[in-house]
Amino acid sequence: MINIHEVIETNKMIEKENLDVRTITLGISLLDCIDSDLNRLNERIYKKITDVAQNLVTVGEEIEKEFGIPIVNKRISVTPISLIGSATCKTSDDFVTIAKTLDRAREAVGVNFLGGYSALVSKGMTKADELLLRSIPRALSETELVCSSVNLGSTKTGIDMDAVRLMGDIIKETAELTKDNDSIGCSKLVVFCNAPDDNPFMAGAFHGVTEADAVINVGVSGPGVVKNALESVRGENFEVLCETIKKTAFKVTRVGQLVAQEASRRLGIPFGIVDLSLAPTPAIGDSVADILCEIGLEYAGAPGTTAALALLNDQVKKGGVMASSYVGGLSGAFIPVSEDQGMIDAVNAGALTIEKLEAMTCVCSVGLDMIAIPGDTKATTISGMIADELAIGMVNQKTTAVRIIPVIGKTVGDSAEFGGLLGYAPIMPVNQFSCDAFVNRGGRIPAPIHSFKN
Amino acid sequence: MKKTIITVVGKDTVGIIARVCTYLAENKVNILDISQTIVDDYFNMMMIADMSSSTKSVSEVSDDLDRLGSDIGVIIHCQREEIFNSMHRI
Repeated sequence: MINIHEVIETNKMIEKENLDVRTITLGISLLDCIDSDLNRLNERIYKKITDVAQNLVTVGEEIEKEFGIPIVNKRISVTPISLIGSATCKTSDDFVTIAKTLDRAREAVGVNFLGGYSALVSKGMTKADELLLRSIPRALSETELVCSSVNLGSTKTGIDMDAVRLMGDIIKETAELTKDNDSIGCSKLVVFCNAPDDNPFMAGAFHGVTEADAVINVGVSGPGVVKNALESVRGENFEVLCETIKKTAFKVTRVGQLVAQEASRRLGIPFGIVDLSLAPTPAIGDSVADILCEIGLEYAGAPGTTAALALLNDQVKKGGVMASSYVGGLSGAFIPVSEDQGMIDAVNAGALTIEKLEAMTCVCSVGLDMIAIPGDTKATTISGMIADELAIGMVNQKTTAVRIIPVIGKTVGDSAEFGGLLGYAPIMPVNQFSCDAFVNRGGRIPAPIHSFKN
Repeated sequence: MKKTIITVVGKDTVGIIARVCTYLAENKVNILDISQTIVDDYFNMMMIADMSSSTKSVSEVSDDLDRLGSDIGVIIHCQREEIFNSMHRI
């Protein structure tokens, strides 16, 4: 039987160390909504989402209360809209109407975010893909909580450099259209290499075409719990350090597994995966950077950071894998800047640069995340940064992503405020040398040699 | 059996257990086990209770105990046992 110390330990994690389930994300396939008429398509999308997700928030709140574990977000992901709208949408404006429908449906069921205003263009763009990409700035500035993602490359296909070049412009345009709010539109837009079909985290969640009609995916959190556990093994060797992270990750993930199974049972929707990510928030004590400091660094970004992050990421996976029957999504440590107070402190102290963050993305999940850069950064420079990050993903057979925010009207020394879970970020300097001729070549980068495994 | 874990944390005063037990008895919640300890000068009590005969749901009991806790000046949680089993048992 459970003893009092175990009960106290669990409740301390929840109350003092910010243990929570970051998100229950309900993936919904919209493939059966495809229609040749735009109005009918929009109606069918609205009806499908509001039917399938009608009990999501209530069930999430019930589980929260009965188990005493906060579930911070209830979200929805849908099939990439470029596929759903391809038979119907003849202009970018047509696609924007779908974005607005998604936002209305999201509001009707009361979820925090809806992701899937997406296109998968890792090898090339269809006409519809290009229309969707060009509609993103308007879609994100005219809706409230719809998120957009674009897969621009993969280990199997290489990198679509035409789309990379276009996304540099799209990110700038999105920033421009939301400049009154520190270009917040860009915080809802992420580009990927090797995007997973079952990621529950925003802004990159979409419901892949490999998935069932509806599925429950859960993302756990708990950087504070790991940090706290490590405080008790200060000065111990790497073996003890790694074992402590593994045990903690196991416990955190088991809560995610329990919540996922309960949500799946109560909603009558199959359980997909648990995403084993350490996802920080701007709250004090909920920081991945603080774990790196606890491992032994003065600030995130100091020499040793990449090694510390590599071991952290690996132990989180090793501990988490046994705790869940199905693991997927991004699964690893997130290193967003604006959403992590320790990262913000490291940037302000001069310890952390974009180049170091890029190195860190080689060994953790995802990539350059929630980084504010000067508003006058050229579109080609943004495309160059994207290409670098995607190349890391392509060659290392992992997911990488870029979510950067060129904050219009601001420059190094200023700070951008996004609010809520998105936090705030000091504007980071960007390498000023040109990559115009590289980005403007056009075409695609071929798949790497080690992708030919057949 | 519908097991829940009820925890009480706060400054030790006369009658905490009595008040909680009275509420549970009135609502047909059967107490299976009680243990207590002091952590950082705070009184920590844990009860394992069976709610199968109770007419109230876990959420309702949780809300009632939350209010009762505010009256006495302690924090009372009522959580389903599974969260602890998941975390601490393989």
